[in-house]
Amino acid sequence: MRMTMKTAVLLTATMLAGMGSAQAETLRLLTWGGYAPENVIAKFEEMYPDIDVEVTLSNNEEMVAKLRATGGAGFDLAQPSHDRIYAPQLEYDIYKPLDMSKIDTSVFEPKLLDGVKANTTIDGEIYAVPHQWGTSGLMADKSKAPDFKSWGDLCNPEYKGKTSMRLKRTILLGTAYSMGEDPFATYSDLDAYQALLDKVVEKLSACKDNIKAYWKGGDDLSAMMLSGEIVASETWDSTAYKLYNENNNIVFVPPETGALAWIDTFVIPRKGEADDAAYKWINFVLQPEISQMMSESTGAIVAVKGGKDLLPDHLKAAVNAAFTDEDINNLKFFANIPPGVEDMEGKALEKIQAATGG
Amino acid sequence: MNQRDARRLSLILLFMPFALWILLLILLPHIGMGVLSLREKIAPRQYEFGFDNYIEFFTEPIYWHIMARTAIMSLIVTALALVIGFPVSYYIAKIAGPRTRGAMFMFCLIPLWVSDLIRAFGWILLLRETGVISGVLQWTGLISEPIELLYNDAAVIVGLVYTVMLFMIVPLTSTMDGMDDSMIEAGYNLGGNGLTVLRRIIIPYAMPGIISGSIIVFMLTAGSYLTPVLLGGKYSSWFTQTIYDQFITRYNWESGAAFGFLLLIFTSLVVWIGLKLSGQSLSSTVARS
Repeated sequence: MRMTMKTAVLLTATMLAGMGSAQAETLRLLTWGGYAPENVIAKFEEMYPDIDVEVTLSNNEEMVAKLRATGGAGFDLAQPSHDRIYAPQLEYDIYKPLDMSKIDTSVFEPKLLDGVKANTTIDGEIYAVPHQWGTSGLMADKSKAPDFKSWGDLCNPEYKGKTSMRLKRTILLGTAYSMGEDPFATYSDLDAYQALLDKVVEKLSACKDNIKAYWKGGDDLSAMMLSGEIVASETWDSTAYKLYNENNNIVFVPPETGALAWIDTFVIPRKGEADDAAYKWINFVLQPEISQMMSESTGAIVAVKGGKDLLPDHLKAAVNAAFTDEDINNLKFFANIPPGVEDMEGKALEKIQAATGG
Repeated sequence: MNQRDARRLSLILLFMPFALWILLLILLPHIGMGVLSLREKIAPRQYEFGFDNYIEFFTEPIYWHIMARTAIMSLIVTALALVIGFPVSYYIAKIAGPRTRGAMFMFCLIPLWVSDLIRAFGWILLLRETGVISGVLQWTGLISEPIELLYNDAAVIVGLVYTVMLFMIVPLTSTMDGMDDSMIEAGYNLGGNGLTVLRRIIIPYAMPGIISGSIIVFMLTAGSYLTPVLLGGKYSSWFTQTIYDQFITRYNWESGAAFGFLLLIFTSLVVWIGLKLSGQSLSSTVARS
């Protein structure tokens, strides 16, 4: 039998397609460390034996960069924070609108769902739903720094050489709040925001002498804090809760101007190839018993009704040691980052990094 | 006729992986980066052709400060690697017997079996305030307070020298290996002392090895990312970190690409100056070893 080129190509294509459907479907998840713990994946694969879960760990900036590099291909579900969806979508078109009918929205804590919807709706399409939330703030070793309570205290000479922070946007925002400003309110006027950033840069550059080192990840922060090399730091709440378990003197301190709250979300990348599996994963991990396993692994609160009660006991203790109801009411949710702000803040951080001291 | 065709085919096949590698992994990405670096961002999803990204580097002092810092630190690392690596190579090439030689090469190689990250963490454990060295010094009573050795430029230099040492030792050893022992003997017989022999005979002979080792080490150091980031402190910035920040934190791929090119051009320039000053050429150094 003679085969023309065309039939050969067609045949090969059919064979490849056949192989694709015979094999298990893969759900490629782009998420944070701890957000896809082994035990949850095992349960999910038990329930859906034809879906393989593949996890890539990342952070906000890298998630956006990775998706931008491929135009939204390579992953089927991603979990950036709620403030990293609107502007990247406008600029790079990397996400797909969600089909809300495929998600059981009744389980969400309504306040958080509405907040995320409001932040991520473009042209009437919703791009994200919440998954877990937590805060950024301060932590201090109460036995060595009992009066530590505001962002500004990181620069307090009393703790010279004994504090740390991460050189990312959180500290810019926190410092702006501690100077009596509201950075999110000035987001709408970029010139005013630049003026505010300049003041923050000046303050943080002068403060450099007070800092021991900038931390880069949870591990080096934990090591510095547990060894007593530093007594206080800017931190993610989950890191502080973990340390509380090892040393009850180390507590999360919501700054007096309010801790900064973030919500990590679910988004589907523009060229995701396993939408059904992605929706299955979303609905699956929001179930109460899975949420509990999730909180155990991440130290964050799942955005479902009664999410706080699903925290494991040791985390509940840490949260209660850190937050009063007043602190919870004082939370400042990260506002949407408008296009261009990312660049301004990046430049501000570069200036601080390059500053030679106060 | 057929035989010539076959020979030509085998040549093409042998050459193909190399050609593909150069084309797909070096040339194409660089062209892409070049195009990217010449785009100016006007508004979301709107770009224009222009040199703004390059101009920004020269008008904003922090960028070329960091570049200069990176270059100076890399030169220091290169010099240290040479000073430490030279005696070691000389010992391996000229003094050690064949069996010791293999063992010594092995010792130089072992650190490379461990990943960069693990090596950096090793240094962190040793150097930190509550780390091994500080602890030992306190235990022996040499110091009374814990001492912080991490998070400064010295830590970065130590970490980098450790990482690149092998790349200095290998070309040096292979060059000196080819030197006839009788040349050194002749030097002594003619009344030279150790220093003169080193200065007039050994170093000139080893020059191609010195230069090629220095070029490799300098390029590796200037382009390293992990070690400076992990060991460096609040005042240490490395240019690769700036490039990373452009790409990732600022979402500014255009200027990141421009900075990447500037780093390439700048390091090439330093290498070229080094070659001119030492009177060597690329073909007599890197290509030879």
